[in-house]
Amino acid sequence: MQTIQKRTEEGTTDEMSLVQAAKNGDLEAFSELVRRYDRNVFRIAQHITHNEEDAQDVVQDAFLKAYQNLEQFQGNSKFYTWLVRIAVNEALMRLRKRRSDRTVSLDEDVETEEGSMPREVADWSPNPEQIYGQSELGDILKKTIQGLPPGFRTVFVLRDIEGLSTEETAEMLGLSVPAIKSRLLRARLQLRERLAKYFKSKKNGDGQQ
Amino acid sequence: MKCSDFLNELSDYLDGRITESLKSELDEHLHWCHECHVVFNTTRQTIEIYRDNQIYELPDPLRIRLHEAIMTKCRKSRDAKKKIT
Repeated sequence: MQTIQKRTEEGTTDEMSLVQAAKNGDLEAFSELVRRYDRNVFRIAQHITHNEEDAQDVVQDAFLKAYQNLEQFQGNSKFYTWLVRIAVNEALMRLRKRRSDRTVSLDEDVETEEGSMPREVADWSPNPEQIYGQSELGDILKKTIQGLPPGFRTVFVLRDIEGLSTEETAEMLGLSVPAIKSRLLRARLQLRERLAKYFKSKKNGDGQQ
Repeated sequence: MKCSDFLNELSDYLDGRITESLKSELDEHLHWCHECHVVFNTTRQTIEIYRDNQIYELPDPLRIRLHEAIMTKCRKSRDAKKKIT
């Protein structure tokens, strides 16, 4: 089985020396850190907020906050872990504002039965991605992940899309390792269940809605 | 092993984070349980589809614009701090 690889771009320059240079006022060093992680932060922000304008604001605010608080970064964790923690908080704050829903939280009670046990066990087509065109497939994937509670989709994005470890994800979100594992399992199962209606084998139905 | 036991271990199984003895038990369960086999395969496909089809890539023109905006804000922040100190 393929091991999940990290998606962050590891540059040749040591990250800690860039951070140290930025702390000493070297803006070009900080600029390099921005280039290294802006794509990741944007993806994470988009997944949490589902709003491009908000995601753009999150990217700007997260990097600015990181810059302004560099002195507080002690190097006990990776710079990226620290940065994503800032970005996730910013993204959740914007999501709350937009939804005018004060309950949006990573540790909200999401103990729903839905998706915990698979109901749809029909096999998928041999090449599910080829049933739809690229843009239609993108719409299906967006719509499907948007349906997950924020706490589930944030864990799924960090673990399965960004390729971070369970421990790193726990550290970033301030949750325990068992809490991350439980959310990840349920996020994966719920996504699988929801995608099945688009991708299931034609032997078991028409494969489309 | 029951199907519910298999499901509890599914994530670690997919991530390859289980002991050899547990892996043998799970492999054996998969061998005879068609439903778990389907759930295992389609869950793996779900993860792969999301990993292979990045739905929120940062377009280059936007990336350049954001980068400039971030660096302008950082510069201002640094200069404001210098004035205070």
